[in-house]
Amino acid sequence: MKISSIGFSLLLLASESVISSKGTAADHIDYNRQIRPLISNRCLACHGPDEGERKAGLRLDTFEGATKDLEGTHAIVPGKSDQSEILTRLLSQDPEERMPPPKKGKPLEPEQIELIRRWIDQGGKFDRHWSYIAPVKAPVPSVKDGKWPINEIDSFLLSRIEKEDLHPSPEADRRTLARRLSLDLTGLPPSWEAVLAFEKDTRPDAYERYVAQLLAQPAFGEYWGQAWLDLARYADSSGYPSDQPREIWGYRDWVISALNHNLPFDQFTIDQIAGDLIPNPSQDQVIATAFHRNTMTQNEGGTSDEEFRIAAVIDRVNTSMSVWMGTTMSCAQCHTHKSDPLTQIEYFSLFDIFNQSADADRKDETPVLSFYTTEQKKERDLLSREISEIEKRLSDPNPAWKDGAHAWAERMSKAPSWQSPAPDRIDTKFEPGKAVPDGDGFFRIDKSVQFATYTVELPLPSGPISGLRVETRPVEGFGNFVLSSIQAEILPPSGKADAKPQSVSFVSAKADYEQAGFPADSLLKSGKEKTGWAVAGATDRPHELILALKGSPSATEGSRLRVVLEQKSTYANHLIGSFRLSVSTSRDLSDWIALPPSISTILKKPSDKRSTDEQHLIVDYYVRHIAPETRPDRQLLAAKTAAHDAIRPSSVPVMKELPAAERRETRVQIRGNWQNLGDVAHAGTPAAFPPLPKGSHPDRLGFARWLVSRENPLTARVTVNRFWESLFGVGIVSTSEEFGSQGEPPFHPELLDWLAVDFMEHGWDVKRLLTQLVSTRAYRQVSRVSPELMERDPENRLLARGPRFRPQGELLRDQALDVAGILSLKMGGPSVRPMAPNLGLSTAFGRSNDWVVSPGEDRHRRSVYTEVRRNSPYPSFTTFDAPNREVCTIRRNRTNTPLQAFVTLNDPVFVESSQALSRRIVAKADAPNPETKIRFIYHTALSRDPDKKELDTLIRLHAEALSEFRRDAAAAESMATNPLGPADKGADLADLAAWTAVANVVMNLDEFLMRR
Amino acid sequence: MDKHPSPLHPKREAALRASTRRQFLSTTGQLSLGAIALEALTSGSALGAAASGDPLAPRRSQYRAKAKRVIYLHMSGAPPHLDLFDYKPALVKHSGEECPPSVLAGRTFAFTTGVPKLMGTPRSFAQYGKGGLWMSDAAPNFHTIADDICLIRSMNTSQFNHAPAELLLFTGFERQGRPSMGSWATYGLGSESENLPGFVVMISSGTQPSGGQSCWGSGFIPSVYQGVQCRSKGDPVLFASNPPGMSRDLRRKTLDALHELNSEQLSELNHPETATRIAQYELAYRMQTSVPGVMDISQEPQRVLEDYGAVPGGASFANNCLLARRLVEQGVRFVQLFDWGWDFHGTSPGSGITDGLTAKMAATDKPVAALIRDLKQRGLLDDTLVVWGGEFGRTPFREGRTAGSQVLGRDHYPDCFSLWMAGGGVKAGFSYGATDELGFSISENPVDVHDLQATILHLLGFDHEKLIYRFQGRDYRLTDIHGRVIHDVLI
Repeated sequence: MKISSIGFSLLLLASESVISSKGTAADHIDYNRQIRPLISNRCLACHGPDEGERKAGLRLDTFEGATKDLEGTHAIVPGKSDQSEILTRLLSQDPEERMPPPKKGKPLEPEQIELIRRWIDQGGKFDRHWSYIAPVKAPVPSVKDGKWPINEIDSFLLSRIEKEDLHPSPEADRRTLARRLSLDLTGLPPSWEAVLAFEKDTRPDAYERYVAQLLAQPAFGEYWGQAWLDLARYADSSGYPSDQPREIWGYRDWVISALNHNLPFDQFTIDQIAGDLIPNPSQDQVIATAFHRNTMTQNEGGTSDEEFRIAAVIDRVNTSMSVWMGTTMSCAQCHTHKSDPLTQIEYFSLFDIFNQSADADRKDETPVLSFYTTEQKKERDLLSREISEIEKRLSDPNPAWKDGAHAWAERMSKAPSWQSPAPDRIDTKFEPGKAVPDGDGFFRIDKSVQFATYTVELPLPSGPISGLRVETRPVEGFGNFVLSSIQAEILPPSGKADAKPQSVSFVSAKADYEQAGFPADSLLKSGKEKTGWAVAGATDRPHELILALKGSPSATEGSRLRVVLEQKSTYANHLIGSFRLSVSTSRDLSDWIALPPSISTILKKPSDKRSTDEQHLIVDYYVRHIAPETRPDRQLLAAKTAAHDAIRPSSVPVMKELPAAERRETRVQIRGNWQNLGDVAHAGTPAAFPPLPKGSHPDRLGFARWLVSRENPLTARVTVNRFWESLFGVGIVSTSEEFGSQGEPPFHPELLDWLAVDFMEHGWDVKRLLTQLVSTRAYRQVSRVSPELMERDPENRLLARGPRFRPQGELLRDQALDVAGILSLKMGGPSVRPMAPNLGLSTAFGRSNDWVVSPGEDRHRRSVYTEVRRNSPYPSFTTFDAPNREVCTIRRNRTNTPLQAFVTLNDPVFVESSQALSRRIVAKADAPNPETKIRFIYHTALSRDPDKKELDTLIRLHAEALSEFRRDAAAAESMATNPLGPADKGADLADLAAWTAVANVVMNLDEFLMRR
Repeated sequence: MDKHPSPLHPKREAALRASTRRQFLSTTGQLSLGAIALEALTSGSALGAAASGDPLAPRRSQYRAKAKRVIYLHMSGAPPHLDLFDYKPALVKHSGEECPPSVLAGRTFAFTTGVPKLMGTPRSFAQYGKGGLWMSDAAPNFHTIADDICLIRSMNTSQFNHAPAELLLFTGFERQGRPSMGSWATYGLGSESENLPGFVVMISSGTQPSGGQSCWGSGFIPSVYQGVQCRSKGDPVLFASNPPGMSRDLRRKTLDALHELNSEQLSELNHPETATRIAQYELAYRMQTSVPGVMDISQEPQRVLEDYGAVPGGASFANNCLLARRLVEQGVRFVQLFDWGWDFHGTSPGSGITDGLTAKMAATDKPVAALIRDLKQRGLLDDTLVVWGGEFGRTPFREGRTAGSQVLGRDHYPDCFSLWMAGGGVKAGFSYGATDELGFSISENPVDVHDLQATILHLLGFDHEKLIYRFQGRDYRLTDIHGRVIHDVLI
C-alpha cells in the first residue's frame, strides 16, 4: 500500500503546493513531470512501445509516433492543439470515439486535458524520461536564510521549504542526536558514557568527530550489510520446497568487511557482478560473486534442472537491473515493455550475459570456492611455523638422541616370533562343527557354510601378549572375504570363576596385501571408515594380517584368548576358507608393524651391507619415531599437525564463466516460456542507455563496468536515493525500486542529480556520502511536528522536521540485547540460531522448521548473523516485515500491528533482554533506589533522563509489581529467570521480577521502537 | 472489555479510537491517508471508500458479492480424484493393460518412466443426491452432502510438482514471491472482525504444504494482508501469551504504564504513528483473550464436537474444521486449512488408494461434512464459500515405482483433477465438466486454476482483472495474465 499511497500523497502535495497544475497559460509545462505520467498510465498500454499490443498504429511515447500521419489525422500537431486528434478523442462524449475507451478506464480529468492542450500549444516537445538522461549538477540554489544550510543539500532542501512558505524545525539536542546517529549508522544505541561525552564536547567539529567514530565501528558494516543482504536476497538455505541448507556465509562476511573498509561503490559493484572475471582476482573478489549465487536451487524430485537454472538467470537479470538501475525488467521478459523503451530481445541480450555461468541448479551448488577465513589463515600460519620448528629440531637432532638407534635396529632386523597353539574351540556361529584341521595348525571351513562369524579360543603362553596374527590360505569354493571386524578378549583360567574376561584392543594393523578401499587398519576404525580387510585381486594366495595389542596385556597360566572374526557380506561363501591364529610375545611388535616398507627393506639387510644413506635413513627414522628423548617433540608435532589439519576450509558458491566452447546459445523465450523459443539473442545492453564503456566486452565484467560508468544515468541516482531513504525514511524518489516511467518522479530532482554527480565525482565513497547526509541541518532537526505540518507534509518529503520512522525488526532485537548488556560482539562465521518458538512443523520433504538454539554467546549475536531459512524465516523478523529473501527486496514495508506488540512484549528473546537489564540495575551499587534505577534504564535504553511523570509512573509500576511478586514466589521466579536462567544465589527474585516488568515497559515504549 | 482508565482526554481518546478502529493488523508506518490511501489501495478501481484509513476496515466489493468469506480446505499432496469423484468404468475395464502410446506422447511424469499400466479404481462408485453426483465408497460422509456441493471434474493445472502447483493455485504463479489468494481477498475486502486477523491459516498432520509459507504470504503487498497462522495447541497466535509469571492483571498494569508514557510522547511529538501504536497495544491486549477464546473448542456442545470428531486440546484436521466455522462466525474473511498426507503414490501402505485412502478419508470427510451441515444450519453457508481440493490430480495409470508392490498408487497428474465448492453462490448438487473415458484429458468444460481463482474472486465481488496491485512498475493480479469466470457453476 505504501507504494500507491506515496503516489497519492505526492499528488496531494502537488495540488496544494508549488508544483501546481493550476498555473497560468504562460507557465512552462514540464513534459516529464506533468505530461509523461498521464500518457504513461492512461495511453501506453495500447499506444506504447510494444508493437504486439499497439492499436491503430499509434505510438504516443515518441514525438515521431505521436505526430505521424495516420490516414490524414495527427494525434499531435505541435503548437496546434485544435488540430490535434488526441484532444478531440480525450474530450469526446461518444463512447466509440472517447479515449481511453470506457472499458479501459475513466476519462481524464478536465485539468489534465487542459495540461495536455497547453503542452501541445507550447510545442508538444517530448523529453526523454528524466532518469534516462545523465544527471548534471545544477547550481546550488540561494536561500533567504543563508545561515541555516550546513552543506549544499540543506540549500536545496531549504529553498523548497521556503517556497512552500514553511520553516524548518530547530536542531535537536545532543542526546537525541547521539542516539539518532548511533542507531542510524551502527544499528546500536550509544552507551550513556558516549552520549555524555558527545554532549560535553565543545569542539567545533564535535559532530563530525562523533559521526566519524561511529562510521569506524565494525558495527557499521554489520548494520548496513544487513540492508544490502535484502537486495542480495541472501539466505542460508536454497529455497523451494526442500529448502536445503546452503553454506554461503562467506559472502555475508565479505559484504560486512567491504562496507567497513569503505570499498568504493563502483568496485563493490564490479566485484559482486564479475569479480571472477577481473584479471588475477583476489580470493575476496571471487567470494563477492556469490551475490548472484543467492538465487534459489530447486531440488524437488522430478523437476527440470534447466528450467530452474533459467529461473535463476532471469532472477540475476532482474535483480541486477533493479538493484543498480531501479529498472523493472520483468515486463520485458514476456513482451516488449509497455511503458519503457525496453524490448523483449533486449531483455534476452542481458539474459545472454548471465547465461554463460557454470552453475546449473545443482544440489551441491557447484561451482564453489573453498576458502580459509582470515583468522583461520592466521592460525594455520602459526601452526605451520611451529611445525617447521619442530621438524627442524628433528632433522638436525642432538647427537645424544641417536644413541639407542643401533641397538633398536638390531632388534628390528629380526621378525617377531609367533606361537600357534591349537585352538580348543572354533565356532562358526549358525553353522557349528564345520571347521576341521587342515595341517600346520590351520583350520578349514566346510563349503556348506555360507555366512558365518568365527569364534576361536586359543590357550595363551603366560606373560605379556603383544600381537595377534591371522593367516589365511586359499581354498577351492571360497574366493574373496571381508574380515569386517575382529574382537578379542583374554579369558581367565577356567578355575577362577570370579575373574572377568579382559577385553583387548588393537593399536596397529598390517597385512601383506589389501584390496583397495578395504585396508587392514580400517579394522581399528569405527563407523563408515570401518570397511574391513579384504583381499580381492589376490584371492589365490595365502595372506597374513598382524595386529598389535594395546599395552601388551599379561596372560597367566591357563588363560585363553577368545577371538571373534566377523565377516559381514551379502554374498554367500564370502568367507575365509582356511586360517591359523598365532600370538606373539615379542616386545617390539608394534614398532615392527609400524615400519614403513622403505625401512623394513633396509632392516632386512645385514647391517654391514647397508649403505651410508641407508644408515642415515634408519637413524633418522629412529629419531623421528622411536627415541625416548624425542618423545615430547613427537607428541607436540602430532598435536600441532592434527590441529593444523583440523582447520577445515569453508565453502561459498561462486560465479564461474563457462569455457568459450561450452557457451550457451540464448533465444528469446516467447511469452516467457522457457520451452517456446524464438530468435537468437546476443549479449548486449538496452539501446535506451549509453553503450558499453570503451574496451569492454559484452560479458558480466563489461556489464558491471557499464553499470558504474560515469555515463550510466541511473546507478548513482538509484544508489544515493537508497541511502537517502535509509536515513530520511522516504527516498527522493519514493519508489526506490522503480525509476522508470512507472515510478514516481523525484521530489527534489536537482538535489538527487547533485548528489548522484557528487557521489561519482568523489569516487563512489559511501562513508563520505553518509557523512554528508547526516551532517545536514535537515537531519539534525527535532522530529516534533505540528498538526498543520503533518497535514501539509505527512510523509516528511520536505524535511521541515527531523526524520522519524520505525527501524527494522533486526535492529529492534539487537537494540534490546545491547541495552540488556547481553549482545555478543563476535563477528562473522557460520550463521547462528537464536531462541525461536518451536512450532512442530516440517518443511515439505525437508527438515524440521524448528531448530536447536546455538550454545553460548551465539544465541546473542547480532541479527545479521541469524540463520535465514527461506521456508521458515525467523518469526519475529517476519512480523516486522522482513522479507523471506526468495527474491531481491529493494524496499521493505513498514507496518504497525498488534502482532508486533506481541513480539516485543512476549517473545522470549525480548523477555530475556528485560530480565538481563533487570539484573544489571538491581546489581548496580550506584543506583540504590527505584528512582536512580529508572534513571539508569532511561540512560541506557533512551539516552536521556526521565521526567517527573515518567519516574512517577514507573516507580508506581515497580511497587505494584513488587507487591504482586512478593505474594507469588513461583511467578516471581518465572518472571525473573525464564528463559534467562537462574539468578545469583540469594538474589531477591521478586525484585528482579518487578524490574523485569518495568524494563519490559521501557523496551516497548514508542520512543524505544521509533527513536526520537 | 477494556475498562481501564484512560489518561487521554475523552474526546481525544474517542477520536483516536475512531481513527484506528479495526486496525487489526495495522496501518502502514506512515500514517492514515484517509480516503486517499483507500482509493490508492484499490488502485482507483470501483471499490467503495470507507471513512477510515485502516487497511483492514471492511470494504465493499466491486459489485454485489455472493460470498462474504471463504473456507478453503486444501488436501496437500493431491487427492486421487479417480478413486473419489471421477468414475471411469472404461478404465476399470482396461485395468492392467499398457497405456496406449497416444496418451503418453508429450507427457512427462514425476516418478514414472516407460510404459505404465492403466489402473481402474479399486473402489466402488455410486451416484448420490438429487444431482446424481458420482462418489466412491472412500468418502461415505461426502455422500451426505452431495446436494450441497458443486463438483468440478474438469480442473487442470500446468504444474506437476507439489510446490509449484500449490504456489500456482494459491498465488497464481508457480514460483515464490506473489501475494496469496487470501491476501488478495483481505486486501480487497478488509476484515469484519475487530479482534481477529482477517486471514487465518491452520495446518494439520504436522507438515506445512510444499509451497511453504508463500501459500499464505502477502508477497509484495503489505504484510498486514498475510495469513496469520493459528494453532489449536500451544500459543494460538505466536507470542500472544504473556511470559511465564506475568499475570493478566500485571500485564494490564504494565500496559497502563505504557499507555501513559506513550501518550506523553504523542502529545510531545505529535506523530500519528504513536497513536496507532497505542491502539495496537490495546488491540493486542484484547486479542489475548479473543483469540484463545475463539480457538477454545471446549466451549462447543458435546454434540457438535462429536459431529466433527473434534477433541478439545488436540491438534487435528477435525479440530481445524470446527475452528474454521468459529472463526468465520466471528467475521474472519478467509480461513485456509492445509492437511498434509495426500500424496497417494502407493510407496507405503498409508499412501495406497485402498486402505490408505480409506484411513485418510475417515479422518477427514466427517469433519468436512459436519462443517457444511453446521454452516447451513447457522445460515452461514449461503454467503460462505467452502472449497475442497488438491493442487493437481493423479494418473489414470499405476505409479511406475511401485509396479511390484502390493500397494496401489498413482503418480502426479496435472491435466485432470476434481475439486468441489459449496455455498457462497455456487450451484448445489451440481457437477460440472468431464474427462475422457480413460481420464487422460478434459473432454468438456475445462477449468484451470486461474479460472478457479477468477471465479472465487467473482463470488467475493471482484473482477479479477481489476483487483490489482502495482509493484515495481507493473500491475499484478492474482490471476497473472490469465483466468476467466466460470459462470456455469454460479447460481
